[in-house]
Amino acid sequence: MNKNPTDTATGRWRTLLRWTARRPESITVLLLVAAFAVSCLLSPYFLDLFFIFDSTSLYIEIGILALAMTFVVISGNIDLSVASGLALVAVVTAILHVQLGLPMELVVVLALLFGTLLGLFNGLLVAKLGLPSLAVTLGTLALYRGVAQILLGDHSLSGFPDWFVGADFVKAGGLIPLPLIVFIALAVLLGLVLHKTVFGRYVYAVGANEAAARYAGIPVDRVKIAVFALSGLMMGVGALLMVSRLGVARYDLAIGHELAVVTTVVLGGVHIYGGRGALVGVALALFIIGFLRTGMGVANIRSESQLVVVGILLLVAVALGNLMEKCRK
Amino acid sequence: MQKKRTLGFGLALTFLIAGCGELGQVEPPETAEDVRIVYIAKNVGNPYFDAIHAGFRQASAELGFEFTTTAPATPDATSQIPYVREQIQRGVHVISISPNSTDALNRVFRQARDRGINVLSVNSDITGSEDYRDGAILPMDFDLTGESQIELLGSLIDYEGKFAILSATTDAPDQNYWIEGMKAALEEDPKYENMELLTIVYGDDEPEKSLREAEALLTRYDDLRGIIAPTTVGIDAAARAVENAGRAPGVQVTGLGLPNQMRRFVENGTVEAFALWSPYRVGYVAGYKGVKLAMGELEAAEGSVFSTDEFGEFEMRANAVTIAGPPLIFNRDNIGDFDF
Repeated sequence: MNKNPTDTATGRWRTLLRWTARRPESITVLLLVAAFAVSCLLSPYFLDLFFIFDSTSLYIEIGILALAMTFVVISGNIDLSVASGLALVAVVTAILHVQLGLPMELVVVLALLFGTLLGLFNGLLVAKLGLPSLAVTLGTLALYRGVAQILLGDHSLSGFPDWFVGADFVKAGGLIPLPLIVFIALAVLLGLVLHKTVFGRYVYAVGANEAAARYAGIPVDRVKIAVFALSGLMMGVGALLMVSRLGVARYDLAIGHELAVVTTVVLGGVHIYGGRGALVGVALALFIIGFLRTGMGVANIRSESQLVVVGILLLVAVALGNLMEKCRK
Repeated sequence: MQKKRTLGFGLALTFLIAGCGELGQVEPPETAEDVRIVYIAKNVGNPYFDAIHAGFRQASAELGFEFTTTAPATPDATSQIPYVREQIQRGVHVISISPNSTDALNRVFRQARDRGINVLSVNSDITGSEDYRDGAILPMDFDLTGESQIELLGSLIDYEGKFAILSATTDAPDQNYWIEGMKAALEEDPKYENMELLTIVYGDDEPEKSLREAEALLTRYDDLRGIIAPTTVGIDAAARAVENAGRAPGVQVTGLGLPNQMRRFVENGTVEAFALWSPYRVGYVAGYKGVKLAMGELEAAEGSVFSTDEFGEFEMRANAVTIAGPPLIFNRDNIGDFDF
């Protein structure tokens, strides 16, 4: 026990402040605490662990896409086709199982492979033809959604086996839904890949300065192809989780979600021009938006107002991050 | 100090977990004033749903139940799911919803009904998934739509003359069903024996194409007396074409339209009368049905009867469907009363 607790307390605060100023993700942590507190204040119905955990299933697919998007953005690219790709994988999954009768166990593997292929296609166009990723994935955004609509039209396909439907109802300890566990496992795994491996360092190097990375002998093209393929793989994971949650596949699943994914990545402190950012920030950002939307929803706040809040939140977070960067310099 | 903090944290956690109710049932209401009803529209910013809200509010004023509304920003198939989930958490007694999908909401509806919440499909049904909701309130008997359209045009042209139909797409299920009804009425009812259907054209529910098709009808048939457009895009286009060609009142345009969209044509005399149904009435009847189901006074089954102050008695049809009313005819005298 210390003799002078006041001094230690002040000291602690100073250390905390210094740490905060040095870590860009600290803003994200503060915002997460704030989002949780605000949601609790907004409605007495929010503060219920079962509900809070249960609700994560409704936005976890955005988080899973955002994990891969973090790699893509840090490498100096962007992938706007993620939501369309997810829908296309979902539609193909349904066709393979429901219409063609392939066993679901096999279809799950095929869905992940197909997603990876869609990502690989983006990656090859970007890396081998040297096209800007914004243009390429804007194209595949329309292409993938269009193909999904041609395949299925404005119909739903259902008829999946019982074991596959309802991943969000499978709960560890009766509380933590399976999709959330998948997200956390992927976040930890991809966090290690991004921050602890040579490949991860390559991703940063390509995003920070592509020419320099080439001179340094980094296989820039392969890194690019790999991050887009990863993005594709996550389209597959997201599609499987969404189809399992809904029990149906449609061409318009996750429509418009690409912007929610990019918002999450930017709110998580990833530099949109590449080279900087951390996965933990993105994972936290998902829950900032998720908690706020859930809290506002359960308080019956109009959806237009919800959009305004999320928009302002993003602006404030980006401005704060920018300010802190200047202070550090 | 450290101990205290740990204790505080532990207490907070216990409190949180204690607050969880996985399959807790909603508390049944004792009086109609206790009943809480929410209505979830397809999306925000559509005045049609404001008219449904108005009906619910009137029923709420008469019966005393608590009425709230919410809606997603966009009408895509899955956008309502978080909103339904949140209303389950609020512990409302009735979730009434105009569903954006006939099956994507099934699982969240089941979650609601597992908690004892009544789920009502309002304005359109989840056809094929009826087992996932308690009942439905539909604006009118769609079996009678076709016949009522022929009757409306007949009354405008003294049941005599040639007319055409401007529809949506060739495979639009609702419109095709209504057109079948129109043909059946023409064949079977001697009242319409002097009315002749010349042709059916399709505007694909696109304003430009609908307008071109309507203009072509006017050029092709000098003796055309009427156009029935059973789609809101088509009737607007047909009215424009007739106005541009100066063929009113020789050619009577009618069909299904929205008052706000058609107001100008009714006021300048291009269109004399058109039909739709009353969304106000849909909301009003849904409010009564919801309260009575939540109170346990009404069984959601064919043949059950409930009564309302304003519109009298309603008997449920198969699949617990309630028809809110007859079609509503809009003309110069009453169009000012409607805003949707």
